[in-house]
Amino acid sequence: MQIKINGVVSEVQPGMTILEAAREMGIDIPTLCYLEGVHEAGACRVCIVEVKGARTLVPACITEAADGMEIFTHTSRVRRARRTIIELMLSDHPDECLTCGKNNQCELQKLARAMNIQERKYEGEYSSRVIDDGSPAVIRDSGKCILCRRCLSVCSMIQDVNAIAPIGRGFKTVIAPAGKEPINQSPCVQCGQCVNVCPTGAIIEKSDVIRVWEALEDPRKHVVVQVAPAVRVAIGEVFGLEPGTSVTWKMVSALKKLGFDRVFDTNFTADLTIMEEGSELIQRINEGGRLPMITSCSPGWINYMEYFFPQLVEHLSTCKSPQQMFGAVIKTYYADKAGIPAENIFAVSVMPCTAKKYESQRPEMYSSGYRDVDAVLTTRELGAMLKEAGIDLLSCGEETFDQPFGAGSGAGAIFGNTGGVMEAALRTVYEILTGDELDNLNFHQVRGLTGVKETSVKIGGREFSVAVVHGLGNIRKILEDIDKGRSRYHFIEVMCCPGGCIGGGGQPISKDPGIKEKRIAGLYREDEGLPVRKSHENPAVQELYREFLGHPLGHRSHELLHTRYRNRREQEYENHWKTDSLSKA
Amino acid sequence: MEVRQVDNPDVQRQKVEDIISAYRDKPGALIPVLHEIQNALGYLPRWVQYRVSNIMNIPVSEVNSIISFYALFSEKPKGEYAIGVCKGTACYVRGADKIIEKLEEELGIEAGDTTPDGKFSIEVMRCLGACGLGPVMVINDDIYTRIKPDKVKDIINAIRQKDGSETT
Repeated sequence: MQIKINGVVSEVQPGMTILEAAREMGIDIPTLCYLEGVHEAGACRVCIVEVKGARTLVPACITEAADGMEIFTHTSRVRRARRTIIELMLSDHPDECLTCGKNNQCELQKLARAMNIQERKYEGEYSSRVIDDGSPAVIRDSGKCILCRRCLSVCSMIQDVNAIAPIGRGFKTVIAPAGKEPINQSPCVQCGQCVNVCPTGAIIEKSDVIRVWEALEDPRKHVVVQVAPAVRVAIGEVFGLEPGTSVTWKMVSALKKLGFDRVFDTNFTADLTIMEEGSELIQRINEGGRLPMITSCSPGWINYMEYFFPQLVEHLSTCKSPQQMFGAVIKTYYADKAGIPAENIFAVSVMPCTAKKYESQRPEMYSSGYRDVDAVLTTRELGAMLKEAGIDLLSCGEETFDQPFGAGSGAGAIFGNTGGVMEAALRTVYEILTGDELDNLNFHQVRGLTGVKETSVKIGGREFSVAVVHGLGNIRKILEDIDKGRSRYHFIEVMCCPGGCIGGGGQPISKDPGIKEKRIAGLYREDEGLPVRKSHENPAVQELYREFLGHPLGHRSHELLHTRYRNRREQEYENHWKTDSLSKA
Repeated sequence: MEVRQVDNPDVQRQKVEDIISAYRDKPGALIPVLHEIQNALGYLPRWVQYRVSNIMNIPVSEVNSIISFYALFSEKPKGEYAIGVCKGTACYVRGADKIIEKLEEELGIEAGDTTPDGKFSIEVMRCLGACGLGPVMVINDDIYTRIKPDKVKDIINAIRQKDGSETT
């Protein structure tokens, strides 16, 4: 099938849209609401093109190319229409670019520039503006929303959460939770996938940058930082490196330059998680505990479970996430060992995640007697701090993480991608149960980007059935099976975000379609390059058990490293019932 | 004039449960369910939306989105005296908007709202089929025809007086 775009003839596959065909030919058609595979609605009309013989301009993102079609992407008719569309959007958009969280990363801003718009052509009524900053993870500013509905599509199609919807109609429409209530009172799981797809500054993460600067500048505070595995293969992107480039040791150096007193590796508590979670799994299997057991490292996933399947929370491992385990150990074991009072320690973590901000504020996360993790920065926020401080990551030297938690194993490193927690757990559970050494540490069956991966593993003559899921939209069926007592799995790994933490809501925003594969490859390279690749062989973890914790699932572990869950859904209903019936009485 | 009766909360809760369970396994039943609940309760409070969402497995954002889309559905309880003003074509050309303006002024609320004491609500209605008698206003089950804007105050005051003598 042949089409002609801007005079160039090309062979295209039947079924392709004009946009896909043009992109394949290297011709750029601007888009705004379009999000490949997720939101293809033709709503914003920015991608309109002229088709010879057609009465009107057609949206390229949803119009199929037909044989013999002759298309023009930048005629004066197209350009004028496109410019008017953007000008009309600007007529209901605040002039706040300089102080906006998305300054220089805003797609509307880029389009205004590309259309050569130099004045505000239309003045008119503004839609009402509500800024919702009640959530610890995300801030929503309806004034900057252009109603493209990308957030909504991600929230429903990818994450199956449906926290937001169009409320009202016509000019009064806003994208908001039910009743335009604060996002905190909605089913929102705080995953931040909406932040990653919002073309403007209408949804951004809630920044902890100022609090961290204040702590760093406070001479009484001993400020420690932990860095999640997925950060090290993404922070380089902020400085122009190819996605997936691992910059672990430069990043440590940069963090020290920022003024952190100690730089620790979350991979260490990832190993600790495997010790606790692996032991918990073995215990549940041997003692007839609740199966399948499901991983609990991903706070967005926990939020999902607590809202949508509260009846199944006993299937969750009681282990805290590596971030929270670290906080609890820093303000107890480390405080003691370093001779620093816990109240003077300010614990920061750098995470690929917005839900981690929420997690750190949960009331269960004060097990050291203080807030275990004081502030959470996303990868993006760390990048912004480094730039503000004039620290060029690429020209930093290489330094190693600080003791006593310096070393993380390769198993800890792959916690940052889908399948990684499962693989780490299998390496350890296998060796503990059999006493034999694994010949091949690589469990390829659980790797890759398939939404649901399942396999069975033979350990000591017993067959274990496991599943790995990423992207919340893939989990519902498995949970429904568990609910009906039909699940055949022993152990399930769930990560909230597509691709796992490397695709988290706090990662640098990228248009690279291969971004997930590249970051994942970076973490497997990290794993293979480390001297220790099994959590239970991490000497620092062994020492922590010897000196402080005793043994996995012991008394101290129980107090510091394990947690409990609640029923968010019933709470919502009861809260509304109470407030509504009270206001009536 | 009859005062509209409001059920106590437990009765409301039971009515809602009954309606939802009658429809729970029927696909596409959201709008009829909301309709019936609104008929029973007079409006669709937030707790009802959460209950419908939980039992029918429809996101609460979607339930609310639909309620906010259709003018027929209301999230606010109607007043004990629910005033409806016809704004169909005939009533409109005969000055229905002046009547609404006067009502808004007298009651201190906008059309679509309910007074804070829960006594009065104003609703804009579509043609009631009494075009020859317009502008037409309905208060609970009583119909007022050919109203003049300067009569609005008297009508409201008469209700206030009667209501005051009944409760005291």
